Amino acid sequence: MSLKGAAYIAGAYEHPTRKAPDKSVAMLHAECAIGALADAGLSKSDVDGYFCAGDAPGMGPLSMVDYLNLKVRHMDATDIGGSSYLLHVAHAAEAIAAGRCNVALITLSGRPRSEGMATGTTPRAGNTAQPDVQFEYPYGPTVVNVYAMCAQRHMYEFGTTSEQLAWIKVAASHHAQWNEHAMLRDVVTVEDVVNSPVVASPLHRLDCCVISDGGGALVVVKPEIAASLKRPKVKIIGMGEAPKGQMGGNVDLTYSGARFSGAAAFEMAGVKPADVKYASIYDSFTITVLMQLEDLGFCEKGKGGKFVADGNLISGVGKLPFNTDGGGLCNNHPANRGGITKVIEAVRQLRGEAHPKVQVANCDLALAHGTGGLLGTRHGSATLIMERE
Amino acid sequence: MAYQQRKIPFAGTIDSNPETKPFFEACAAGKLVLPHCGACGKAHWYPRGVCPHCMSQNLSWKDASGQGTVYSFSVMKRAPVPYAIAYVTLAEGPTMLTNIVDCDLDSIRIGQKVALRFVPTEDGPPLPMFTPA
Ligand SMILES: [Zn+2]
Repeated sequence: MSLKGAAYIAGAYEHPTRKAPDKSVAMLHAECAIGALADAGLSKSDVDGYFCAGDAPGMGPLSMVDYLNLKVRHMDATDIGGSSYLLHVAHAAEAIAAGRCNVALITLSGRPRSEGMATGTTPRAGNTAQPDVQFEYPYGPTVVNVYAMCAQRHMYEFGTTSEQLAWIKVAASHHAQWNEHAMLRDVVTVEDVVNSPVVASPLHRLDCCVISDGGGALVVVKPEIAASLKRPKVKIIGMGEAPKGQMGGNVDLTYSGARFSGAAAFEMAGVKPADVKYASIYDSFTITVLMQLEDLGFCEKGKGGKFVADGNLISGVGKLPFNTDGGGLCNNHPANRGGITKVIEAVRQLRGEAHPKVQVANCDLALAHGTGGLLGTRHGSATLIMERE
Repeated sequence: MAYQQRKIPFAGTIDSNPETKPFFEACAAGKLVLPHCGACGKAHWYPRGVCPHCMSQNLSWKDASGQGTVYSFSVMKRAPVPYAIAYVTLAEGPTMLTNIVDCDLDSIRIGQKVALRFVPTEDGPPLPMFTPA
């Protein structure tokens, strides 16, 4: 049985806050849930499925289900880092197709900015029962230097340059200038990026995403419910998920799990990368975007640098408008997890509700993709392809 | 710039995970050992109690040559004491996460030959790192 068209995204909401010292993480989850249900035109009593990941306080989904006092018959707290929420949309579609629920609520929230978290630059030990920890933590893997090793290898293998990576930030900044909620609204140049301080070579400060408080929520529903609602219909037509790690020591930093999750999603949807009008691409760092674009098939492996250069990702300018909200690089990376905002902006584009300055004309096919965890050690990839009906 | 060695933390204790205790005991004796599989003949990294290539538990520890090649690296500039994290591909095959130490960090290059160097940790055995050969 194909899951193509098994479910629709009926509600999407991005919390406007970027700094929330006066709100608990649970409260932020609740405010996002309220926003997404209102967007869909549904209410609390309609929700019979709930999805969350590691940002949710408490054990799996139990604390948030209780906090919101939901009466659900299906729940899933699969955590693959920032890409969890794309996977949740796919798992919600599976659950809906199997008759396990009709209205699935997905929430994400966090406040690393208020908590003063040095997200990308501090090594974290973790639990030594995690079998890799003793062999990695002493060597000081942060977030940024692990992604930086992917960039370093990409440059070595394919001749990719810092200037080419910088174009990704430049494109994001062109979009963020129109987003009143974006953390970084100033348009930047390639020179601005490559002249910003090196954090972990070869990545500069402006190759990195923002650290923000906030969150988002999505409501995924069965086709009959989508048809009864007043909102434009966003149909889920392709999905894929894949883990990638170190393969027992056969480390290969030149590609990501997007190679597998993307291929699965495109096969289910029956479309090609060239058909995609808008793409939300996970942008923890500029290198993340470049590798995912290659692995999803938007360009040949190794040609990502050329593909992203000269404004090719800028809406109205280039061939593949990406992250028109400003993405994690400029707008928002709530809870250090950018997956849900990727889906939310894709939904805005498909509904024709993106900012007029960045709205893609006749946007009827969009892709959203996430990389969670650490690109250079072990990560989870999840891809969604959505269609306006 | 003169090389400065940051303090290396150890995670847990030498026997946090019983099946890798012999690895850290070898480190304490100044030896890098690798798990080799008696079923498929391959070495693997990071060390574990089951072969990640074929799921055999027929594993034995063998001394590594200590020779390797830099697969990738990054110099963490934004740290109290800058350091170079790296993946080094060992002569025996597996690629391991490590640090490149005792050299001009700006001179490190992918493809560079490196040799084993044990570096003391704060609260555990010395750990295998590499320096230009
Ligand atoms: Zn084996």
